[in-house]
Amino acid sequence: MSFQPVKFYQTGTFTVGNRLLPPEERSVQASTKRFNSINSGHRACQGCGEALGARYAIDAAMEATDGQVIAANATGCLEVFSTPYPETSWQIPWIHSLFGNTAAVATGIAAALKVKGLTQTPRTRVVAQGGDGGTTDIGFGCLSGMFERNDDVLYICYDNGGYMNTGVQRSSATPPAARTATTMAVGPAPGNVFGQGKFLPAIAMAHEIPYVATATVADLRDLEAKVRRAMEFRGARYIHILVPCPLGWGTASHDTIKMARLAKETGIFPVFEAEHGEIKSVLAIRRPLPVEDYLRPQKRYAHLFGKTPAVETIAHIQALADKNIRKYGLQARKGDH
Amino acid sequence: MDKPFAITLDPGSSLANHTGSWRTFRPEYVDRLPPCNAACPAGENIQGWLFHAEAGDYEKAWHALVENNPLPAIMGRVCYHPCEGGCNRQHVDSAVGINSVERFLGDEARKQGWKFAPPAAATGKRVLVVGSGPAGLSAAYHLTRMGHKAVIYEAGPLAGGMMRFGIPKYRLPRDVLDAEIQRLIDFGVEIQLQTKVTDVQQAMKDGFDAVFLGVGAHIAKRAYIPAGDANKVLDAVAVLRGMEGHDAPMLGRKVVVYGGGNTAIDVARTAKRLGAEEAIIVYRRTRDKMPAHDFEVEEALQEGISIKWLTTIKEAGESDIMVEKMALDDKGFPQPTGEFERIEADSVVLALGQDADLSLLENVPGLVVEGGMIKVDAGMMTGHPGVFAGGDMAGNERTVTVAVGHGKKAARAIDAWLRGEQYAPLPKAEIATIERMNSWYYSDAPKTVRPVLDIIRRQSTFEEVLGGLDETNALFEARRCMSCGNCFECDNCYGVCPDNAVIKLGPGKRFKFNFDYCKGCGICATECPCGAIRMVAEEN
Repeated sequence: MSFQPVKFYQTGTFTVGNRLLPPEERSVQASTKRFNSINSGHRACQGCGEALGARYAIDAAMEATDGQVIAANATGCLEVFSTPYPETSWQIPWIHSLFGNTAAVATGIAAALKVKGLTQTPRTRVVAQGGDGGTTDIGFGCLSGMFERNDDVLYICYDNGGYMNTGVQRSSATPPAARTATTMAVGPAPGNVFGQGKFLPAIAMAHEIPYVATATVADLRDLEAKVRRAMEFRGARYIHILVPCPLGWGTASHDTIKMARLAKETGIFPVFEAEHGEIKSVLAIRRPLPVEDYLRPQKRYAHLFGKTPAVETIAHIQALADKNIRKYGLQARKGDH
Repeated sequence: MDKPFAITLDPGSSLANHTGSWRTFRPEYVDRLPPCNAACPAGENIQGWLFHAEAGDYEKAWHALVENNPLPAIMGRVCYHPCEGGCNRQHVDSAVGINSVERFLGDEARKQGWKFAPPAAATGKRVLVVGSGPAGLSAAYHLTRMGHKAVIYEAGPLAGGMMRFGIPKYRLPRDVLDAEIQRLIDFGVEIQLQTKVTDVQQAMKDGFDAVFLGVGAHIAKRAYIPAGDANKVLDAVAVLRGMEGHDAPMLGRKVVVYGGGNTAIDVARTAKRLGAEEAIIVYRRTRDKMPAHDFEVEEALQEGISIKWLTTIKEAGESDIMVEKMALDDKGFPQPTGEFERIEADSVVLALGQDADLSLLENVPGLVVEGGMIKVDAGMMTGHPGVFAGGDMAGNERTVTVAVGHGKKAARAIDAWLRGEQYAPLPKAEIATIERMNSWYYSDAPKTVRPVLDIIRRQSTFEEVLGGLDETNALFEARRCMSCGNCFECDNCYGVCPDNAVIKLGPGKRFKFNFDYCKGCGICATECPCGAIRMVAEEN
């Protein structure tokens, strides 16, 4: 009989923790000493993907920097639900910027740290965060400038595909065919248009900044590793995290992580990392699924599954997913389980 | 306080905002019944002992195992492991090799000399156990644990019942059997050999408060086959029992076994090992109707045993037998076809099932016997108060595991009866079906295959066919357990809560919810790998 080394811990690395692993090999979120950067009592909806993604990311950044993080936060859901005056859920130094200038505010904080010159290279690190509206629409100019100047900031975008706290309006990150308050499911082509798309991670890569990555709330280990890696660089870095929104997507509050997992497994959302404009690794699909499995549970796509299913539209979305799979090499691989 | 421009309030924490008031559903930690436990005839808490084995704490695992079954090394060899048939892991890759881990623990216990935890304080009650087969040993063990004095009367020269006189050595080496019986004797179980009970009521007068009968089923069923004087027609029970003596039975070069159960397979494989050139099983129905377990049939075929399906024996001549071909009718029953064939045979062994010898019960009032088996209630009590029964004499499914389960159940009922109470089994939790779990979190890890004894050695010796696992692959196999329905502390609920409303209590203490902040979104329940969280509606 061939020798079978015990490298198997019952659940692999998919779970948050694992009692069989030594503590240092568990995730940040598994620890009772995690920072809980965004604390209980915030007013996010039940099952909010953004609240979860923000804690995952900022806790990992805090862990990587021994708690030396200052965050700038664009207007948006995350800011609104975490800091209704005079309460705050943040347990880190945190500043609210305007909707569109978070990247610029973060640049300013980084510059101030440099000017104060406490040490040669500042120990305290700066994180900017915002939703997809504040990042891909309103704050895009400031963000592109931050990239181009290679300012020492990690920018994290929590992408839920729309302006959710103002009542679910379309953003440039809203996916095709999705219903929002401003792209109603009416007319010959209901829902959002099949435009040219605006996939910000690719635009960030085009700036050839040191580090660009995508992640979802469905794969904690991957997300934490990317934040940790980002903190190893100086200069502009960008992480784009897919955070499902039960309200805007019309999904059950308990399915938030499942929806993020389906987005990754269907190829709708490619998960990868890139350094200096070149892709370094991708998270391969583990159990391939058709896009229909991702679309059907979401009420924002309900019009695709009416009495006469919108077969062509679904096929179009499938083609976009297939293109992602081809372009980023996401095919399921043997031994990747 | 001196506040900046336009600021009137002190900064506050969002902890003041008890979002738990939004909740309409609340999560609850539950322990559901894993399908392996539900399928185990001995009522083992398999998930429970694997939990300790996963961490490499084999001694704790063994102690958890023997709370229900005192014979793990035996069970790890002879059990037909219905647990593996129920295992949810088969929906992910393949079932966990529970049986091989059990055997590993049983063998570890023998090697390390682990002893049972001390029994409860003596109650002064004495219980007579008739028969030292698996049912009797199990009943005596559990009674001893509860503080009662259990005395086994065994008619034979050695303890073990059918485990010794029915199961071939290549499946159960006798040193394993002896070691597990010795551990029971050391524990305080008294076994009186060569003590045949011919009258139960008489035997109870030796100062016993209750009696458990586990005499087994040792009388071979016969079928009428016209036979010449010279041909040898034997029965399976006698052949297998004869294997325990000094002189192995003389079966000849060509042996025909009649029947389709596990006993028929045992006899054919034994005959092959005794040197028979040909061992043929004759069975009147088809393979899918055969009561023998599929893997045993497979092992027999590998060893060169041939099976004649849809065939009955018409008569046995001096050196051959006449068989008739059968055909299935519309209802699936075999019917004679009138086609005959002669097969060379030096002997014919009948393996057509066994009956229990119930003569010791002749004068006991209230007993009901149905179809050759003694009738018992849910607590294994016969129609006569204080007389309990189990094992082969009280059930249709005749395996060591079922007998061990009977013994345990009867011991609990006897304990209740001795205290003047009615035995009421604990209500069972709902089963942790695969639909209640989230199998995404289990990485693929196919079953560890046990080493199988080389085929030539299998045909010529009585060495054990299946080998055991070693420490590394036993640990690997244990860790394949998905802990269905029972928290295994993976931290998922603690990690995935968007509201930090799960409190981690530390190793071995699991988790609890902070209902001040839990909004009841249900992510924890959906993302719990093993299905140990349930969402229930809040009142009002």
